[in-house]
Amino acid sequence: MSNQSTAHHNEEPKSPLSHSSAAVVLSTTSTISTADALPASAEREEAQATVKVAVRDLSIHYGTTTALSGVSLDIAANEIFAIIGPANSGKSSFLQAINRMDLLRHNMSVSGSVLFNGIDTRSWRNVYALRRKIGVVFPLPVGLPLSIYDNVALAPRLRGIKKPSLLDEIVERSLRRAALWDEVKDRLQALGSLLSGGQQQRLTIARALSQDPEVLMLDEFSIAVDPVTTMRIEDVLKELKQQMTIILVTNLVQQANRLAERTAFFLNGECVEVGETEALFEGQVQDQRTLDYLQGRFG
Amino acid sequence: MEQPRSAPPLGTLLDDARDRDWYIDQFFRLLMFLCGISAVVFVLGIFIFVFKEGSGFIIQQMDWAEFFLSPKWRPTSAIRATYGTLAMVAGTAAVTLIAMAVALPLSFAAAIFIAEFARGRMREWLKVIIELLAAIPSVVWGFIGLMLINPLLIDTFDVPIGLNVLNAGLILGLMAAPIITSIAEDALKAVPDTYREAAEALGASKWQVVYKVVLPAAKNGLLSAALLGIGRAFGETMAVLMASGHALTIPSSPFDSIRALTATIAAELGETPVGSDHYQALFAIGIFLFTITFLINMSADFIVRGIKNQ
Repeated sequence: MSNQSTAHHNEEPKSPLSHSSAAVVLSTTSTISTADALPASAEREEAQATVKVAVRDLSIHYGTTTALSGVSLDIAANEIFAIIGPANSGKSSFLQAINRMDLLRHNMSVSGSVLFNGIDTRSWRNVYALRRKIGVVFPLPVGLPLSIYDNVALAPRLRGIKKPSLLDEIVERSLRRAALWDEVKDRLQALGSLLSGGQQQRLTIARALSQDPEVLMLDEFSIAVDPVTTMRIEDVLKELKQQMTIILVTNLVQQANRLAERTAFFLNGECVEVGETEALFEGQVQDQRTLDYLQGRFG
Repeated sequence: MEQPRSAPPLGTLLDDARDRDWYIDQFFRLLMFLCGISAVVFVLGIFIFVFKEGSGFIIQQMDWAEFFLSPKWRPTSAIRATYGTLAMVAGTAAVTLIAMAVALPLSFAAAIFIAEFARGRMREWLKVIIELLAAIPSVVWGFIGLMLINPLLIDTFDVPIGLNVLNAGLILGLMAAPIITSIAEDALKAVPDTYREAAEALGASKWQVVYKVVLPAAKNGLLSAALLGIGRAFGETMAVLMASGHALTIPSSPFDSIRALTATIAAELGETPVGSDHYQALFAIGIFLFTITFLINMSADFIVRGIKNQ
């Protein structure tokens, strides 16, 4: 925490033009209403009109293979930002670079910069603190071999919260926000892996929400989820947008259409274009390849 | 050569000849079956042999209370031979206990380092070296106990003799460590990487990932590694014989010499007339050991199976 506030002064010039680009995006939905449910709402309000994640000339290599080359884009606070594109286009690598998961992969090298709240993620000395601000949902639900309760309480416990009443509260709130509470409230001590696929995915969302992340990144969350549950999760995301920034990697273009204010199209490690989702789907594209992909005329 | 691979109509046997591949298949099936079944045959054969040699004594002569509760093992006494194993059981248990106290922390820490922290070449080298360590013959370990640890204990603790529970425990602990390490490392490697990633994405530090997620997920494998290590320490003969002092006492301190069950058999079997009471009593000890190690290995096995059923 102190890390963030001290470093904030050094990097101020990085988030200046926020009112022009990001505020337009946000104008369609009201964003102030539910912020009272959370602590630190002042900080949030200030952040609402700003660029949350700014990516500058980001390139990612695995050994000699290029996964992503020279991507620059801004993600505004409290928007849903979709990234679409075929397999191997660098979408997942992009997410990994944001919360510095590249540290776990010894052959993955990242160049360029990712500014989180205006601060270069590379200058964070405590990378774990950075990751706590960024929730991640993986393509296949990763239910840790723990009870439902322990799955959700894991992150708060890692942070040192021990008080049972507080943990109970966090678990219930997170499960409610992930629209799972009603289905599991009577069996919180059951193994998380006994839930159905869709429930497990919502469990991982609850887990990601357990530490009130500022950014929620979802990597093709609906791969192993049935359509009905997918729609439920999408509703959840629309709610969550009021409280956090959501980066949604998806290979369902219609999902991007339904949820995202803006969409980026990645192809072969290159960001082909970023635009207002509505405009893109209406055909106002700068690159023909984007239109081809959106209309399913690809390859 | 062949017709298109649609199913032949029933009753058409032209394509149904037993060809060379069929015979080869049958041959290898049989061969594999025999190899597979041989393990069962050997185990049963050994059990039957040991039981046959010891059963006469167990059924006719053995005083159960004396066998388990008396510390007096005097098979060659001219006045009245007694066959009590309590001292040996206590000695073996004490040695095993110390061995585990040495081996478990050492090997679990080593396994965690290799599986979770070591990378690339360092990790490969460590694995090779640990396997080498596991290949050192037990008589070499016994020699180390006799020539190296013995004087060391005498000097350090100012005791009259260094061949004792502590010495044998250290040796057995070091012997069991590489095996426990390798099994424990396998258990840790069996934990899917997605668990680690998920935890790291939640902001867990490397160490938190290990002790909050990986260790609990691997706990059955680790437990069975520990049990196999205990089985190994319990059944080891030569090193204990050389390092324990081979004195028939119930140990009251780590510096007491003891005699292990296994060592007793090894030391005495060659000098007893085949078929005598003494000879049969040694086989009764063999059956006792067999039962205990069998139980230990079985529980390890059940625990491992528990993992798969989760």
